[in-house]
Amino acid sequence: MDAIFLQLLNGLDKGSAYALIALGLTLIFGTLGVVNFAHGALFMLGGFCAVGVQKLLNLSTQVKDESIPGLEMMVDVPYLQVWFGDTGAQIISFAVPISVIVAIPLMLLVGVVMERGLIRHFYHRTHADQILVTFGLAIVLQELIKSFFGATPIPVPAPQMLTGSANIGEWLGMGAGVSYPWWRLVYFCFSTAVIAMVFAFLQFTTFGMVVRAGMRDRETVGLLGIHIERRFTIVFGIAVVVAGIAGAMYTPIVSPNYRIGMDFLVLSFVVVVVGGMGSLPGAVASGFLLGILQSFASMNEVKQLIPGIDQVIVYLVAVVILLTRPRGLLGRKGVMED
Amino acid sequence: MNTLAKQDRWLLIGFTLAILAGPILLKPFGAGYPDLLQKFCIFGIFAVGYNILFGLTGYLSFGHAAFLGIGSYTAVWSFKLLTMNVLPAIILSVLMTAVFGLVIGFLCLRRSGIYFSILTLAFAQMAYNLAYSVLTPITNGETGLQLVKGDPHVLDRWFGVPIVDGIPSTNFFGISMVGYSGFYFCAALLIISFYVAMRLTRSPFGLMLKAIKSNQNRLKYTGVNTRSYALIAFVISGCYAGLAGALLAVTDPLAGADRMHWSASGEVVLMTILGGVGTLLGPVIGAGVIKYLENIFSSFNEQILNGVFGFLPDALQHPVVKFVGLFVGEGWELTLGVLFLVLIIFVPGGLMQGFQSLQRRVFPTQPTPAADATRGAH
Repeated sequence: MDAIFLQLLNGLDKGSAYALIALGLTLIFGTLGVVNFAHGALFMLGGFCAVGVQKLLNLSTQVKDESIPGLEMMVDVPYLQVWFGDTGAQIISFAVPISVIVAIPLMLLVGVVMERGLIRHFYHRTHADQILVTFGLAIVLQELIKSFFGATPIPVPAPQMLTGSANIGEWLGMGAGVSYPWWRLVYFCFSTAVIAMVFAFLQFTTFGMVVRAGMRDRETVGLLGIHIERRFTIVFGIAVVVAGIAGAMYTPIVSPNYRIGMDFLVLSFVVVVVGGMGSLPGAVASGFLLGILQSFASMNEVKQLIPGIDQVIVYLVAVVILLTRPRGLLGRKGVMED
Repeated sequence: MNTLAKQDRWLLIGFTLAILAGPILLKPFGAGYPDLLQKFCIFGIFAVGYNILFGLTGYLSFGHAAFLGIGSYTAVWSFKLLTMNVLPAIILSVLMTAVFGLVIGFLCLRRSGIYFSILTLAFAQMAYNLAYSVLTPITNGETGLQLVKGDPHVLDRWFGVPIVDGIPSTNFFGISMVGYSGFYFCAALLIISFYVAMRLTRSPFGLMLKAIKSNQNRLKYTGVNTRSYALIAFVISGCYAGLAGALLAVTDPLAGADRMHWSASGEVVLMTILGGVGTLLGPVIGAGVIKYLENIFSSFNEQILNGVFGFLPDALQHPVVKFVGLFVGEGWELTLGVLFLVLIIFVPGGLMQGFQSLQRRVFPTQPTPAADATRGAH
């Protein structure tokens, strides 16, 4: 029982990352009808926002080491620590949450520029062309990051007070063995909050209502005198922001390198398609579903039963669902079928 | 239909001559060595085959690298168990990929559009992941499947081929597949593959495939079972990939699972698009360009660049070298990405369409109908 609960928790953080990326992909697809292969690269860009912020906060100066008296030693101490003492050190350890705040306007800008500058010209081209142009963009973004930050993964630590593990087992009276890293718990709560915010935005604001109407029937909304394109640009920006902050927050869990986006992208596409193209709840549900299934499949008991299942479970589920339910779990009719 | 149309015959002759003269033609570009030329041919075959599926029927497969890997593994096993002769290896690889193609194609072609792409991707990734984990006895996991001393080589023993001490090299009835003989072997197969693809494209069957691409529903209404046509195209293009995989094993008898990674599938899509989807020559050119970038551009370093830009004044030389350095060496993929973006944005038909429009601008005769058709499609 404990083991199962633990695997459930383990699946949640990966599932939340899938769900966030898939949500963004579906937002873009549902509004603009564009299949965005650069979404993984945007996730990676968010991760490198965190790396950049961390590097910026850690800009150091040479200071005389006073820990060993009588020795003339110089050590590198970050400016923030020199200026503000312990408060500065605290700020530095909060690099990742700070980077989320930095990433929001930055990614919004990236998103709007990308949509206005490139994607806009591809509305009337084939889906294959859209896939390819965004794929090309993803390669360019990846390589630019590689040339700036190098090819090795760069570790970004979580804030110091959140580095340990939470004894969830004790809270729920399940035995002390069930513990879970704080940061993963934070990530799960964070992504749930983001998902809730996106849904609330679409459901309860006038802007969201117009966007939903536009997703249903773009022309009619346009005929009512609403400038739907501008709203869709903003939605694109929001989707990019979601991918970016998902990437920034994920850095303490997996150290980012320039390929992380592509690895996530492939799985996220599977997630989106399993959820059903164009369905937001489907994307979120299948993100968590596949994350949790993946974590269950990696249990030793399951692996002994069916060898190799942990490697293929996501794809196997995808194949089975696509062959039995042609439009995925919650897909709409007639979307992307030709 | 037994003879080729006049322009096709000239295309085939020109193609044959260009490939056979490859070592001389590409020498000035630093690519005139057999290792790289072989790669041009092998990936040319892969791309030509991919184009039969994607270019003609419009089904975008993201899992073709799986066939490449299966071909390689089969070939290496044939070397290990049967004989070092490459002929059985190639035949077995093609047959094996045909079987896999039939099964995977049958399942995947039940869906179309992006659902088809994801299904093929899922199968390829499953093959990739399994090759690394459970199938290690067959694939030798991360080390990759390779020849070792003491492999049985059953057929070689029967026919009394002298057993060499150590690891034997692959041969074609005694001709060792190392260096230029390996290249000419691959080149011959590329030319044959090209010819087959040409006949296929010009045949009624090829016309049917094109009809699937332009309007599958209408074709269905006229009572045609489109899925079986698409399945045949899928199997054929899978066989091409298997052949390419076998040739990879022929030139270097080592098969690794990374050949099946989705990025390898992505690469063949890039090749086809870069050259020109649906054209005969395009995929080969695309494969050549990408492999050239990968092998030649990636070998440039700062020293070479300093040599190239040595004529510039020093103040200018440094920033220029720095900037160009972004695009070569480690960053060759950046060049690929930029090239790709520019092509997709400005010349959606790939390099072939670019050549054609250039040709029309330089020699303004009456426009060719084929070029008009591609323009009309966008």
